[in-house]
Amino acid sequence: MNDPKCSGCACTLSEEEITKRLDDIIEEYRDKPGGLIPALQIVQSLLGYLPDKVIRYLSNGFHKSYSEVAGIVSFYSFFSTTPRGKYIIRVCLGTACYVRGGKQILENLKQELGIDVGETTEDRMFTLSIARCFGACGLAPVITINDDIHQRVKGAKVRDILKYYREKDSQGKEMN
Amino acid sequence: MPNVTINGVDVSVPNGTTILAAAKNAGFEIPTLCALEDLHAVGACRICVVEVEGAKTPVPSCVTPVSDGMKVYTNTQRVRQYRRMMVELLLSEHDGVCQTCNRFADCELRKLANELSILDVRFTGDKKSRKIDKSTPGLMRDNSKCILCRRCVTMCNRIQGVAALFPQNRGFETSIGPAFSTDLQNVFCVQCGQCAALCPVGAISENNHISEVWAALDNPDKFVVVETAPAIRASIGECFGYDTGTAVTGKMVAALRRLGFDAVFDTNFAADLTIMEEGTEFLTRLKAVFKDKKDAPLPQFTSCCPAWIRYAEHNYPELLPNISSCKSPQQMFGAVAKTYYAKKLGKKADDIVVISVMPCIAKKSEAIRPEMNDSGVQDVDYVLTTRELGLMIKESGIVFENLPEEYADAPMGKGSGAADIFANTGGVMEAALRTAYEIITGKSLPFEDLHIKPIEGLIGIKRAEFTIKGTLPEWSFLEGVTLKVAVTHGLGQARKFVDALKAGQEECHFIEVMTCPGGCIGGGGQPRFTTDEVRNQRMNVIFKEDEGKKVRKSHENPEVMRLYEEFLGAPLSEMSHKLLHTKYKPSNK
Repeated sequence: MNDPKCSGCACTLSEEEITKRLDDIIEEYRDKPGGLIPALQIVQSLLGYLPDKVIRYLSNGFHKSYSEVAGIVSFYSFFSTTPRGKYIIRVCLGTACYVRGGKQILENLKQELGIDVGETTEDRMFTLSIARCFGACGLAPVITINDDIHQRVKGAKVRDILKYYREKDSQGKEMN
Repeated sequence: MPNVTINGVDVSVPNGTTILAAAKNAGFEIPTLCALEDLHAVGACRICVVEVEGAKTPVPSCVTPVSDGMKVYTNTQRVRQYRRMMVELLLSEHDGVCQTCNRFADCELRKLANELSILDVRFTGDKKSRKIDKSTPGLMRDNSKCILCRRCVTMCNRIQGVAALFPQNRGFETSIGPAFSTDLQNVFCVQCGQCAALCPVGAISENNHISEVWAALDNPDKFVVVETAPAIRASIGECFGYDTGTAVTGKMVAALRRLGFDAVFDTNFAADLTIMEEGTEFLTRLKAVFKDKKDAPLPQFTSCCPAWIRYAEHNYPELLPNISSCKSPQQMFGAVAKTYYAKKLGKKADDIVVISVMPCIAKKSEAIRPEMNDSGVQDVDYVLTTRELGLMIKESGIVFENLPEEYADAPMGKGSGAADIFANTGGVMEAALRTAYEIITGKSLPFEDLHIKPIEGLIGIKRAEFTIKGTLPEWSFLEGVTLKVAVTHGLGQARKFVDALKAGQEECHFIEVMTCPGGCIGGGGQPRFTTDEVRNQRMNVIFKEDEGKKVRKSHENPEVMRLYEEFLGAPLSEMSHKLLHTKYKPSNK
């Protein structure tokens, strides 16, 4: 069986701790109907993404083939198989946000971060993705960063917003 | 029994019958690109839509059961328009290089487009990108031709329980294949090729080795021998328009000779040899347990099927000692041809090229296993499927039906009736018992016409038991012992049985496992399409071949006897072990 090695994700768990957690999750969800998807969600929230080795480990645990589990992971856009940043930026490109400048915000973010949609900055701080409507069209254009909602964002403000999260992060590190 | 009206024709069908089946009953064929009777109905292709009175939109007939009083119309203007559009949409994203597609002659999409008189496609847009996957020895995948019918997914998951193929991604990006659309070699696949046997288009097929075989035949320095598996004679006629269930053994031999093979042999010879080794091995294990009270790996599993071996190496490493150490007949043949026969010819193993014709795709994979070189070089050089041999014969211009009936060459061309039935599920078991029982008692197997009826047919798990009576003195410790045997086919069924066995719910001495439903007559390399009806017809003709033989037991095959006298000594001898037996190793991929 493959060791689910935590290759470069943001979490701080040791390999043994991860294996133990995975075994617990498998034990709890294996016999529940439809248990695989919540198990994948929990693992992703634990590790930040779903590493290939972990997917193989889970498929063994759930007695399902690697191809079947991969089929589920690749079906849902919520799941990610690549490491993601500490902050996940979602830029709404729904109709209202689009016409009120969402496209420009996205361009500014790309330039500011030096990455494309779906990519993560080298320091693993930010992942850039697009979204189709948060249901907050009155606040357009909207971006979300993790659980924070930023409304009526202006292209010129993008740098300040990113700076806020960078500083928040370095303060957090100092406190530790 | 609901009464339904299909295009004005009244029929009465059992509860739960689909509209598709009821229509067939009423005399109307509804086209479909995904449904397979009794196997696969998911409503994926939407070609089979029909109108039902009272329903707002057309319904897919393959997944809609009939209800009493239902009025169905299968050929209205609306249905025709809808169907046409579905086919046009499929064609719009399909890589339509039909001229060079291996399924040109029997592509279901092309045939349907033709039947619907689709002469132009109204839609243009993105096409699927082409990426050919030849990463495994047996299979070639070309997803740009895939129409997402999911027949292969049903076969690989539900019937075989392997699940190498599964839908990946979603929407336009959906592709059917291994995890994250990687190459097939990166996931566990037994190479049974049942996916290729069911694919309606050219998306999955065998890796074609015809040009390598022509090259060998064209090389004057090579002595090229050919062996044909028991199942080929019962099916290759289908490539030339013969009715299913026609044996064409003599013509097949004549065709091979005219293709230029230097010697035309028969895998049946090696099947008899397998029985001598495997039967003796089984008796040796029985003796250890019943007489010497020692541990021996019982039950014994058969080992003829390379896809089963792959499956066991991956899923049941703890059972590997129980699997007979005998190589498959294909590999025994190769090892013997390049040693015993080479010696007779005064040639080196290197001078001989062994081509095998198999109903199977996994055999392509087996032939290149690194340990299969006991003659000093790769024992079997190239494996052709039944379909590939059919194509070679056509390419050569040989008119198959005009061929005379000929016999295979000596000294590796004779097979007993027991070897013939290797093609059918239950056949290896019956063949082994015909010989083993006679060794123990000196008498014929106590079943009418030597057939063990309970282990024949298409039920997934079959069992039989009988009590050994009248043993010879040497085998008296088996007197009164009730021998229990089981036969499974389709890996899903094998898994069910083996799991029950491990849980102590099944008891058994000897188990035959074949990967393909029906056994080799239903192999992944057989002419398309193999339905249960086709399986039964091929099995019947194999039984007729067996019953028509004077020699119906492996130990009476004179050529096999001669091989032991001149070369091997006895079953399980040192030489036998070197050439005819193998070892398995656990695998995690």
